[in-house]
Amino acid sequence: MTYEGWILLTACLVGISCGMVGCFLIVRRMTMLADAISHSILLGIVLAFLIANSLNGIYMLIGATVIGFVTTFAIQSLHNAGVQEDASIGIVFTTFFAIGVILISLFARDVHLDVEHALMGEIAFIPWNTQNILGFEIPKATAMLLCITIFALLIILLFYKELKLTSFDAALALTLGLPVTLIHYLLMGLVSITAVGSFDAVGAILVVSMLVVPGSCAYLLTDRLSMMLLYSCLFGISSAIIGYYGALLFDVSIAGSMSTASGILFLLTWIFSPRYSLLRRFLITAS
Amino acid sequence: MDALEVRNLHVAYDRKAVLEQVDMTIPKESLTAIVGPNGAGKSTLIKAVLGMLKRSSGEISILGKPYNPKNRIVGYVPQRGSVDWDFPTNALDVILMGRYGHIGWFKRPSKQDIAMAKEALQKLGMEEYADRQIRQLSGGQQQRVFLARALVQDAEVYFMDEPFVGVDAKTEKAIIDLLRELKQKGKTVIVVHHDLQTVPEYFDHTLLLNRTVIANGPTEEVFTKELLQKTYGGTLAFFTAPGEQRSG
Repeated sequence: MTYEGWILLTACLVGISCGMVGCFLIVRRMTMLADAISHSILLGIVLAFLIANSLNGIYMLIGATVIGFVTTFAIQSLHNAGVQEDASIGIVFTTFFAIGVILISLFARDVHLDVEHALMGEIAFIPWNTQNILGFEIPKATAMLLCITIFALLIILLFYKELKLTSFDAALALTLGLPVTLIHYLLMGLVSITAVGSFDAVGAILVVSMLVVPGSCAYLLTDRLSMMLLYSCLFGISSAIIGYYGALLFDVSIAGSMSTASGILFLLTWIFSPRYSLLRRFLITAS
Repeated sequence: MDALEVRNLHVAYDRKAVLEQVDMTIPKESLTAIVGPNGAGKSTLIKAVLGMLKRSSGEISILGKPYNPKNRIVGYVPQRGSVDWDFPTNALDVILMGRYGHIGWFKRPSKQDIAMAKEALQKLGMEEYADRQIRQLSGGQQQRVFLARALVQDAEVYFMDEPFVGVDAKTEKAIIDLLRELKQKGKTVIVVHHDLQTVPEYFDHTLLLNRTVIANGPTEEVFTKELLQKTYGGTLAFFTAPGEQRSG
């Protein structure tokens, strides 16, 4: 596959995986947690690197998932102890992220791991770092992202109704005997691995936009969760493709361009969506 | 055997006691009202019994066995305000959620589950709203969706948190008819209820609660002016007990 093809495929996988998982964060009103996890996992990645002394994807996944759980748990504990929920999120993820930054500047200075990369990602480098899988030269990051996307899709298909019910009415789920807390952490695990998979491509800050914006567009277009998931993936893919060509056209950062594209798509959806749109509200008020 | 037995229940929020030393039993096949002033801990009692809130102490038995959600003998109707009505889902879908416990892991709702949900929708006079996004329903319709969902849970003991609040007369009638039907089928229904006027008409068993049990028994024995005064303190100025109404 061409250089361009790999980049587009990687970007689309980011759009799909983040798009799917992000939907559940939106309907649970937990998008700020995505922000927290996507930043905290920097610490997980650095710790994994320091312990395993390797930038192998598996170690990063494990490190990021563990830190993702720790973040969720720490936020919940602070909140239970009486701190406002948004404040607990702000305290926990900035602290974890800052520790990650310090560790990078202390120990990992000489390797392919720097703060700018962590924040912004660099999708343009991905096709050069390949690995031979079943006779094909596949970029490492793309292969990992593909596995993560398939895994996330499987989890969502298998636990769809449990994820849905615990999102809508956790109290009912509890009386039906569903393990509500376990499902919550399952979702947080999914957010962590999706974020770490997309990390190389778009970085910690823009992961948030890919987790939140496509799902928010989809939310405006449908009253069914299953359709919302599908639309969200399509919006993720569109953002990736439009963003990539936008970046070529204007000679700017690909990740930045992808996020901007998703933002513009959201604006258009918000104005023109048949149900909840600005335009409709305006017409109703005017008539 | 009692539908519900609570022993030595204590609940505290931030170390402040909300419920203290609650001991009570509620008979099987009763329609029970839990009545008490605001802040008496009525919702808290239900949530603590069902394990949604942490209990400081207390043993709960339902139909003679320690409560375990996995037995699926309990149906729960939360307060209407407790869920996100903007959630991307429609009326039929919400009712189907009541079947999720029966459906089991990794499976999708069967035709039979969907048929049950549709039947419940019809029973509550809501069949034309099956595809309606839930925010687009009126308060009474939303409440009926919740009731229909409880119905398809096929439980033995139902807990309902203020099902009559903010509903229209038609819905109120639909709910009370349904409760009576459940009772006739041998189910027990325990309802947090606000409207004192309708207690004697709707419920055969009454629990008067104000942070602990004030009285608990058949409505005609418990629903007296003295006990109500004791439950509500000075806030009961405008209420006339049923006995007085009849004589006056």
